[in-house]
Amino acid sequence: MSKVLIKGNEAIALAAVAAGCDAFFGYPITPQNEIPEYLSKYLTEKGRVFVQAESEVAAINMVYGAAGAGARVMTSSSSVGIALKQEGISYLAGAELPCVIVSVMRAGPGLGGIQPSQGDYFQATRGGGNGDYHTIVFAPESIQETVDLMKEAFDIADTYRNPVMILADGLIGQMMESVDMDKPIKKRDIKPKTYATIGTDFHEGRNIINSLGLDPVFQENHNKDLQAKYNLVKKNEIKVEVIDVEDADYVIVAYGTVARIARSAMEALKEKGIKVGMIRPISLWPYPRKAFDLVPKTCKGLLVTEMSMGQMLEDVLISNQGRFKVGFYGRAGGMVPEPEEIVDAILNFEDKVVEI
Amino acid sequence: MIRYEKSKGLTDVHTHYCPGCTHGILHKLVAEVLEELGILGKSVGIASVGCSVFSYEYINTDFQQAPHGRACATATGIKRVLPDRVVFTYQGDGDFGSIGIAEAIHAANRGELITAIVANNATYGMTGGQMAPTTLLGQVSTTSQQGRQKDVHGSPLHISEIFAQIEGAAYVERVSLHDIPNIRKAKKAIKKAFTYQLEKKGFTMIEVISTCPVNWGMKPREALDWARDHMIPVYPLGVYKDVEHHD
Repeated sequence: MSKVLIKGNEAIALAAVAAGCDAFFGYPITPQNEIPEYLSKYLTEKGRVFVQAESEVAAINMVYGAAGAGARVMTSSSSVGIALKQEGISYLAGAELPCVIVSVMRAGPGLGGIQPSQGDYFQATRGGGNGDYHTIVFAPESIQETVDLMKEAFDIADTYRNPVMILADGLIGQMMESVDMDKPIKKRDIKPKTYATIGTDFHEGRNIINSLGLDPVFQENHNKDLQAKYNLVKKNEIKVEVIDVEDADYVIVAYGTVARIARSAMEALKEKGIKVGMIRPISLWPYPRKAFDLVPKTCKGLLVTEMSMGQMLEDVLISNQGRFKVGFYGRAGGMVPEPEEIVDAILNFEDKVVEI
Repeated sequence: MIRYEKSKGLTDVHTHYCPGCTHGILHKLVAEVLEELGILGKSVGIASVGCSVFSYEYINTDFQQAPHGRACATATGIKRVLPDRVVFTYQGDGDFGSIGIAEAIHAANRGELITAIVANNATYGMTGGQMAPTTLLGQVSTTSQQGRQKDVHGSPLHISEIFAQIEGAAYVERVSLHDIPNIRKAKKAIKKAFTYQLEKKGFTMIEVISTCPVNWGMKPREALDWARDHMIPVYPLGVYKDVEHHD
């Protein structure tokens, strides 16, 4: 298939349309504004639904309503906007409704800045909403991967009746790359949405979308059912790229934009005769813990590098189980690391080792 | 000859409402209207947070339970993807007029083709009688123990008057359930609101003066009289907006 040169945010919008997204609800926030702007054109032209809501809170609750009515639905936002959506995300998870949420991270905390960041790893993978729930989170490192994951995200959301988040940063959103928009994705057996509130004339019985459970026995059982579902997601949906770890002196662990920068660092280190591999988690929840079993015993350490002060680091420490030294190099506030900084971090690994 | 039958719009379960609470009457009116208009099977309700959270148990349509204050946003999501269905919210004055007033105003302003049924009982019933946006001046609540004071707590919020100003609102009426003639008027108003929705005229909202005997510390009869004597003077009944009415 022929490729097109396309900007990340526009590619996200087009991938959503291609994936059969019926409705978008959102509220403006930099650096993701092109997504709603493009969708206001593409969705409307196709007779589908686009609503600019009065707030992020309203937008996610419109998503809830439309998802409960059986539609393929999405929203997009950034950092502080995602914070506002957490109430609705918890409700979507609790009521077991599918949707896709695109989160284009900017610098924080608070209003922070609009430059790229990975400071919302905790927000995405731990969830800021209440209760025992998980959002399925994928972090692409290229526009092609963003497009492929966007299309798959709708299917995964429907398969598990759960919110799926695409976690990107301003770099993914703003850069242009050559992309095959028609690359096929895995076919899934998606069940009809018999739970949808479409009116009792149109189905058997009465459908109620709800997350209320005042009876503790009922509510504990609901939590157990959710955990069983999350275990299935852990079993089936882990995505990770493992590069050259078999005989690596050091292994870099990075995701998204930083993983791309780390690739350049790996090349530079190879020229210096240092063998560096990489574990690139694509699914951040569920986290690819087993990938760390591939690291050879001779490895001198794992270097975690992020555009944050050390968030994914915690998942690496859990996955590592004390086997290797773990070092950390991070930038924050909208600063993007240069490949040379990562090279230096490997060359001075002992200085980067994290105390637990 | 059958003179009276329970509406098919109500399910066959007992409600959890306190003795003398008017939610039961209001549920019945909504149920009867949906049945009489023949739209029970094509309606989707949105339950809010508060005493009426369980309205999904009692009103015999498909339902979604929305987060506190978000019912009008949830209704927007449903109506936009199912434009040929009837969508209504059932909210309290706290849900609609306090935590959810932004969602409500903007749904009205977009002229969303939904109907909001808003029970105003001047208190937070389910959480135990805290101050509501509609609590009267001087009225004692568990969070305004010396009575609501204008300079400390602000004044009672006039929901219907606010929504009458919104261009997208097609019909706004305040009714009361304190006696039989008013219950009949309330049903007429609710029917009109749903009819306007079916005719795609715009956003419709019926504010319903209701009672909360338990949190008001009154017997059911006293509560009905208190609604009449104290609430209605502050919240006058009547049609506040009707796009079909031209002077």
